[in-house]
Amino acid sequence: MEKTLDHTSITIIRPKKVFSFRDITELWKYKELLYFFVWRDLKVRYKQTAIGVAWAIIQPFISMVIFSVFFGKLLNVPSEGIPYPIFVYTGLLFWQFFSGSLGETSNSLLSNRSIITKVYFPRLILPIASIAVQFVDFFVASVVLVGLMFYYGFVPHILGILLIPFLLFIAFLAAMGGGMILASINVKYRDVRYVLPYFIQILLFLTPVIYPPSIAGKYSWILAINPLTAVIKGARGALLGTEPVNWLLLSISLTAVTVMFVVGLYLFKKTERYFADVV
Amino acid sequence: MEPIITAKNLSKSYKIIHEKGSYVTLRDVITESIKHPFKFLKNKAKQATGREIKETFWALKNVNFEIKKGETLGIIGANGSGKSTLLKILSQITPPTEGEVTVRGKMTSLLEVGTGFHPELTGRENIFLNGAILGMSRKEIAKKFDEIVTFAGVEQFLDTPVKYYSSGMYVRLAFAVAAHMEPDILVIDEVLAVGDVEFQKKCFGKIEQVTKEAGRTVLFVSHNMGAIQTLCKKCILLKKGQIEMFGETEEVVNKYLDSNKNLESITTYLVKENLDAQIMKVSILNQNKIPQPQIPLNEKFFIEMDYVVRKPIENALTTIEFLDNSDSLLLFSTEMDKKPSLQNYKVGSYTTTIEIPAYLFNFGQYSCRLNIEHPFIARVDSVKGINFEVSDAEQSRARILFRGKSIGKITTILNYNTKRN
Repeated sequence: MEKTLDHTSITIIRPKKVFSFRDITELWKYKELLYFFVWRDLKVRYKQTAIGVAWAIIQPFISMVIFSVFFGKLLNVPSEGIPYPIFVYTGLLFWQFFSGSLGETSNSLLSNRSIITKVYFPRLILPIASIAVQFVDFFVASVVLVGLMFYYGFVPHILGILLIPFLLFIAFLAAMGGGMILASINVKYRDVRYVLPYFIQILLFLTPVIYPPSIAGKYSWILAINPLTAVIKGARGALLGTEPVNWLLLSISLTAVTVMFVVGLYLFKKTERYFADVV
Repeated sequence: MEPIITAKNLSKSYKIIHEKGSYVTLRDVITESIKHPFKFLKNKAKQATGREIKETFWALKNVNFEIKKGETLGIIGANGSGKSTLLKILSQITPPTEGEVTVRGKMTSLLEVGTGFHPELTGRENIFLNGAILGMSRKEIAKKFDEIVTFAGVEQFLDTPVKYYSSGMYVRLAFAVAAHMEPDILVIDEVLAVGDVEFQKKCFGKIEQVTKEAGRTVLFVSHNMGAIQTLCKKCILLKKGQIEMFGETEEVVNKYLDSNKNLESITTYLVKENLDAQIMKVSILNQNKIPQPQIPLNEKFFIEMDYVVRKPIENALTTIEFLDNSDSLLLFSTEMDKKPSLQNYKVGSYTTTIEIPAYLFNFGQYSCRLNIEHPFIARVDSVKGINFEVSDAEQSRARILFRGKSIGKITTILNYNTKRN
């Protein structure tokens, strides 16, 4: 059982810098652990609930039904010529991905603190794993959209399907960036997690999920500040053909969320150094 | 041969901030900044310019050592000597403030068994999860899987969620995973003090076997001198964050035990005939009234003083003062506290026993001073430097809940009454 020492694996432990090239190679080295965290979260979630994986479908489905009844039928919110359920569900899919990711990433450090204080691994794996779980939910929940399209006999545009990964990427950067910022603050100030659900709820109404952005008339530009507006508008435009895809708005949003991501990453790496001392 | 671990000038400091400006919740920060905007800005400015009153506490200071491949090194020291800090730095959980450690090879640390175990997952699933957290690849775990299961003896319960496991089974499974890792260097923190004696022996055996066969390097932190002596050839003794001694286990352990012997359970005094009353003997007794200077946190103990009265004394009483290791007075107690009257002593010999309840003092060293005095007038006799240590009992409250964090000098259990209004 004699093992020869692998001299390539020299580790030097020293006072930490915020960024180093090692961080990236190290993330790659720990990809299996990332897989196990995602696997754990999915397993545990679906074990704890009686209906299991159906949960990922039922949640957005029920929201869709409620919104369709109140906003679509009773309040007659315009849906740009598309059946309201399809219209709102397209928005909800991306909204749930974003809000779920934001919530989970910002709590990812605290909810794993028993592991953080005992074992070393690149901490970035935790927020990434939380978002990966939301990706799975996104794909499971997409099934409902396909079902709705069949039900209403609606044919989606091929361009829309091709654009989905790009839109998801913007939403990912926004959620990951925001999540890392909040996670870093959360470690120091524990009340963030109580405020966050409320904040997310308000944000839902400031995002054109249940209504088209055109409803705001000449103030619709205010909505455009929210990067998710571009994502949801883009999804509807490309997939449902409600309007031509606004590439300018998408690229502005992409730039904004990239900045947010970089800021988040910086804050996260900065707090990472003392996580284990304070959590 | 190059050393497998080299630590150079390793130091770690923590800042203790003595400023009203440290807030716990974001809400406080916001309300404070609105209520007292100028004060808030002033504090922020102080923080930014580093002129805030901070106390730096060095948990570890200039620690240097080298370990060769295949050595087993023990790390010992009193509570708060920096053992856990050293371990956390080596495990990369917290970075050092200064200095560096070079590690040649794959290092795994076991600060706890069963890190990341999830109660909802089955034994099988937890083996994979825990293995991955400890740094094993999926292939490695799959290869070792049967061995782990046999070692833990949980074959029939593999597909049962671990929340239904008995605590013994849980610990066995957790340890089994850890014992089957194959790192070049293994860092272990007292985790062996778990499970029943039989299983502990099995674990020791396993560790001894791997160190000998595979030439593994092991760093072992423990309070259990027996375990240290069986497992380790060399030892580091830490004291107040510095290496007090580094050498052969035998000598280091002796030195450590000697330094604890400064504590005497019985102190006697020479006769001084000129005193009207004199304290002749002070004993520190454990709960069974057996002399013992080290008292577990969770047990009551007694301080007994024998004294002679040579001339009748009126209006006097006995008192005791407790001091911490920096000589600050923690508690002053008098015989009069319960019965508000002074004593008149006739000639003869007396014994006063003072009962100190469990959980009064936190773990650490304390000293006391005993007096026979006329309140406000004069002390008839007074003896000081009676030292005792309150030790961290294995299953103590503080250890379980706060994982050994030292939290103040006093640990009295208070009554909490919470009502919803």
